[in-house]
Amino acid sequence: MVAAGLALLPLAFIIQQVGQVGWSDARRLLWRPRVGELLTNTLQLTITVTVLCVLVGLAAAWCVECTDVPFRRVLAVLLALPIAVPEYVNGFGWVSIVPGMHGFWAAVFVMTLSHYPLVYLPAAAMLRVGDPALEEASRLLGRGPWSTFMHVTLPRLRLALLGGGLVIALHLLAEYGGFAIMRYRTFTTEIYNTYKLGFDPASASLLSLVLVVLCVLVLGGEQWLRGRGGVLRGGATARRRRRVRLGRRRWPVMAGLAALVGLAIAVPIGALVYWLVVGGSTTLPQASLAAATTTTVLYGLAAAGLACALALPVAFLAVRRGGAVATVLERTVYLPRALPGLVVGLALVYFTVRYAFSLYQTPLLLIVAYTVLFLPLALIAVQPAVAQLRPALEDAARSLGSRPVAVLRRVVLPLLAPGLLAAGALVFLTSVTELTATLLLRPTGTETLATQFWNYTDGLAYGAAAPYAAVMVAISAIPTYLLVRRLDAIA
Amino acid sequence: MRGAPVRLAMLLAVLALAGAAVAGCSDDGSEVRSGDASASAAPASAAPASASGPSSEDVAPTGGGESITVYSGQHPETVAALAQDFRDATGIGVNLRSGAEGELANQIIQEGSNSPADVFYAANSPSLQALSGRELLAPVDPGTLAQVPRKYSGPAGDWVGVSARSSVLVYNPDQVSRDQLPSSLLDLARPEWDGRIGFSATETDFQPLVSTVIAEDGRDSAKQWLEGLKANGTTYDGNVPIINDVNDGELDAGLIEHYYWYRLRDEVGADNLRARLYYFPPGDPGALVAISGAGALKSSEHAEAAQAFLRYLVSRRGQEIIADSKSYEYPLRPGAANPSLQRSFGQLKPPAVNIEELGDGRNAFELLQEVGLL
Repeated sequence: MVAAGLALLPLAFIIQQVGQVGWSDARRLLWRPRVGELLTNTLQLTITVTVLCVLVGLAAAWCVECTDVPFRRVLAVLLALPIAVPEYVNGFGWVSIVPGMHGFWAAVFVMTLSHYPLVYLPAAAMLRVGDPALEEASRLLGRGPWSTFMHVTLPRLRLALLGGGLVIALHLLAEYGGFAIMRYRTFTTEIYNTYKLGFDPASASLLSLVLVVLCVLVLGGEQWLRGRGGVLRGGATARRRRRVRLGRRRWPVMAGLAALVGLAIAVPIGALVYWLVVGGSTTLPQASLAAATTTTVLYGLAAAGLACALALPVAFLAVRRGGAVATVLERTVYLPRALPGLVVGLALVYFTVRYAFSLYQTPLLLIVAYTVLFLPLALIAVQPAVAQLRPALEDAARSLGSRPVAVLRRVVLPLLAPGLLAAGALVFLTSVTELTATLLLRPTGTETLATQFWNYTDGLAYGAAAPYAAVMVAISAIPTYLLVRRLDAIA
Repeated sequence: MRGAPVRLAMLLAVLALAGAAVAGCSDDGSEVRSGDASASAAPASAAPASASGPSSEDVAPTGGGESITVYSGQHPETVAALAQDFRDATGIGVNLRSGAEGELANQIIQEGSNSPADVFYAANSPSLQALSGRELLAPVDPGTLAQVPRKYSGPAGDWVGVSARSSVLVYNPDQVSRDQLPSSLLDLARPEWDGRIGFSATETDFQPLVSTVIAEDGRDSAKQWLEGLKANGTTYDGNVPIINDVNDGELDAGLIEHYYWYRLRDEVGADNLRARLYYFPPGDPGALVAISGAGALKSSEHAEAAQAFLRYLVSRRGQEIIADSKSYEYPLRPGAANPSLQRSFGQLKPPAVNIEELGDGRNAFELLQEVGLL
């Protein structure tokens, strides 16, 4: 309930603000060609990138988990790494070496490279834990490999693919930095500009309302696609899967995966190194880099902790209770994910300035903002773990005399630990790179790596900006590694 | 399996500690931050501070221990240097919140009478006028206003002009020959500029240009001009990518403010600088000189310290730091000059439009929306 309440704050703010806009102004603002253009831009990009990410992520997961492609263990790790590179750093890297990288296809390209791991990771995990018996049975019953993949493997991956796709779609609706760098206009970039130039948060809120509608459509669509299919649990003794022999295609497939890794990681990191070496303004004080790093890490950890703590009850409610109320509650939590950080930030400014001024511009408020923004990510990771948890185990523990707290501590949490760790890692990764809400809510004088990076790219100091981006990537690599190791632990 | 709950408990403990640490370190963290930033700029500020020792009577110490919060849309390095020097001169500390001026002005509007800000330091006059129009700014001491020509400060006397920047056309001489350079900003809407011009309708620097055209030629002509410019040009998010693209030969010419050129020169080195500056002819809307200024908030609980900071900004000492900084702007105090710039302030010949006519940029904003640039 707390989670949903927090999630609804931004919506309440938007509606309150929109209420201040008169009808004629609202018509003038919404009924203009620019809005249609933005709608097309946003939808086109969201759909294209989400579909591409699902395809690329699925293909990569299948190649690494189900075939005998060479170096698959190394590739399995490398393929997940792009999530350690924030999309605006990726965009910055590409734009700074290919100056013409602008517009729709450039945005599609960079966003796909940045986000496909969100499908790759859960898909690979499912393939790894999945019992191959079902596939083998299908083959024995006469289905070809392709038909088996389509009718047996794919349906089992459905939840993983949909979950990943959902996060990506919502994220794209709210993305600001990457699109700003690649000069692609979406609702979110426009909300930001309107806010920045117009001295009129109400009209920015009006545009946000459109985004809320899009978000509800995405959430509803995912729910519909998810359907009523239950979770397929394999037999008790999962066996190693027999790998598909690629034969002569082994090396080309490997080269393809390596190229993907190269485009997604080597290029942005190469660009950073280039600017570190070349940029004239690299002579920056070490201390501010260290201070920004510490601040960023601490905020990330705190947000990860709070998000995990809130995600757990929501996940239990959604998985165990089911029913309309639980579903609505769970879906509500996703809403802020599609709202620009700016809007969530503004909402928190609005409410704290009026009703809780002692919280305003405190670290706690910023942590709450990150939690509201990134709770969906935690939920995505925790929910499957909760779904795998068999209520029978808890019942058994309780019937053997354990108290509820002991059951939670000794049975539930250990079983959920990997899921919680993944959730924490995802929230940490994302809050480390958050920009627009941070700008509004940070305590005065606090700079994070993201705000510093943006300060300097804005002021033309690429050389000065690069170290902040490099540290961001470096500290993001640790949780990414945790995520990948979790994959390894499964095997 | 047995180790798992222990590990988890440890993880949660670490997270809790992290939360506490964030909460704990933020207060002194801010001190560290502004201190660091100014340390980086200290070499730039050291010389003028010592050179201008005799002039320190403009900024007499008012007692230690107090500190003010400044929301600043100006270049962070320069403001950090000013803040450090101000503290040295007066003993008053400065908590600096740097960001985009429009965002900060909006934040102050949202915060209303609860605003933690004592001073708002803006890069362009419209965001100050937006606060002035909402009666959020306190009157500036007459003695402070008297330090710079009156026309550069807020018409209501509630903010003081500090420095100026000139609009320019940046062009790549490989693609634009001297005789092709436009004789007016309005020429950029003509067919010969089709596909050759870049501008950033989303920069707070661009709105004043639109307001100027509206003031000089009326709304209808301004609309026609903007439509032509939109048809001809590429819209950018920010002036930085414009000058980069011009320098790389990706774009023939672009509308920016003069200081971007100097900052790019520092970044890439003079040898790699292809882009050149063109100043529009005297009186042309394109020759607009934008004013950066600062005002004290009415809601400030440190009114005197805030006024002292304003006084400091236009003092000889403050103005010399601005002139010597990497901001590359024109200090407004008579006698203060910035010799590192190609043109002196006196050589700039801006159009007749005044700060009141530029207003808070609302007219430009609505026109940009109408044309579909926003």
